Amino acid sequence: MLSRRIIPCLDVREGRVVKGVRFRDHVDMGDIETLASRYRDEGADELVFYDISASPEGRAVDVRWVERVARVLDIPFCVAGGIRDVESARRILHAGADKISVNSPALERPALIAELAEAFGVQCVVVGIDSLRDDDRVWRVRQYTGSPDRTVALPKPTLEWVVDVVALGAGEIVLNCMGSDGVRTGYDIEQLTAVRAVCPVPLVASGGAGAAGHFVDVFRDADVDAALAASIFHSGALAIPELKRQLRAQNIEVRDVD
Amino acid sequence: MSRVVLIDSGGCNIGSVRYALQRLGCEAPLTRDPELIRAAERVILPGVGAAGPAMQTLRDAGLIELVRALSQPLLGVCVGMQILFEHSEEGDVECLGLLPGRVRKLPSSEGVRVPHMGWNRLRVEAASTLLDGVDSGDWAYFVHSYGVQASDAAIASCEHGESFVAVAQRGHIAGAQFHPERSAAVGARVLANFIA
Repeated sequence: MLSRRIIPCLDVREGRVVKGVRFRDHVDMGDIETLASRYRDEGADELVFYDISASPEGRAVDVRWVERVARVLDIPFCVAGGIRDVESARRILHAGADKISVNSPALERPALIAELAEAFGVQCVVVGIDSLRDDDRVWRVRQYTGSPDRTVALPKPTLEWVVDVVALGAGEIVLNCMGSDGVRTGYDIEQLTAVRAVCPVPLVASGGAGAAGHFVDVFRDADVDAALAASIFHSGALAIPELKRQLRAQNIEVRDVD
Repeated sequence: MSRVVLIDSGGCNIGSVRYALQRLGCEAPLTRDPELIRAAERVILPGVGAAGPAMQTLRDAGLIELVRALSQPLLGVCVGMQILFEHSEEGDVECLGLLPGRVRKLPSSEGVRVPHMGWNRLRVEAASTLLDGVDSGDWAYFVHSYGVQASDAAIASCEHGESFVAVAQRGHIAGAQFHPERSAAVGARVLANFIA
């Protein structure tokens, strides 16, 4: 049986891992390869690297660190940030990333998703969605969230965008629930459940993990395929082996750690 | 002469496979040169993407008959494994026909998402040197939407909604549907067994 994946997310800015609260106030967390190797050794199932400065600055990911990570890692990893055409995606995949994730550029030009799926296969194409509930209770997508000054609220309802991107060729969706991101009060089960209902491809929960029980809840109640988290792992508040022990105790299938 | 070569089939996991071999102390060049491929002791055919483009790349490089005629151990990975079979439903493509079986779209159903993406357990079906040290229940990393439901050449299987071939081998021809280059210690073991 396919296991549920635990995915530490490493936000990268200028070649270093950083972490902010509610996408703001970024703090240096350390060196990319060191953190990547540490999480691999602890039993992370996959890693996601978001180059959070790339998209707002209109530039693509620097592939040199991607290649360095690919040399040391023997688990899969996904790279996101500023990928706006097939060529920049190809450079990242050829540098050794297993998947590329697009977010703001896919909102600018949805055909990008189809072009990437055509060029590399749907299994390489992850669509990241930053979503927030508006005053009228509708979840809608946000763009350019890597930079608070440039973040834009779009009229597109999140559930519609999920259906659109799957039809275009998304092989996986990472849903960043911005209302719960960084505040450690648990994943947004209500929103993730709603997205799960319209999402036939793998769904990754992001935003809000503050305790092992939050992972149990999101797997059991929202039926997501993977759970992504950052600060809870970076701060040392929860170690992956302990998290996996607790998940297994709740009969949630996770990969054993050697 | 290189002991191990990687055929440049245009797939995007080529770098990862090369780095995985480097971690095992093996420097394998990436090539479409027929002489280098013929002269190698071991040949790896990586692949990510679709069967059609992978076959077309081999055809354009004039490597179809060469790969069919290889007598040294050959390992296909993911799509590189799929094109070793007879036919792929993905684009309705005739493949190399080196292994018995046909590649079909994985069926999705309630709770069974396609692509099959993530870590799943292997079930070892037959003893082999390729899977020496790999046991039923060991975890491997898969990312694919197509697979071979059954083959006489299966030596390990996996289950996602239904059973499919995880590793196949017949004589000197072998293939892994999962990604050994991204399957931590289990993947390293399979690659080490192949190049030993």
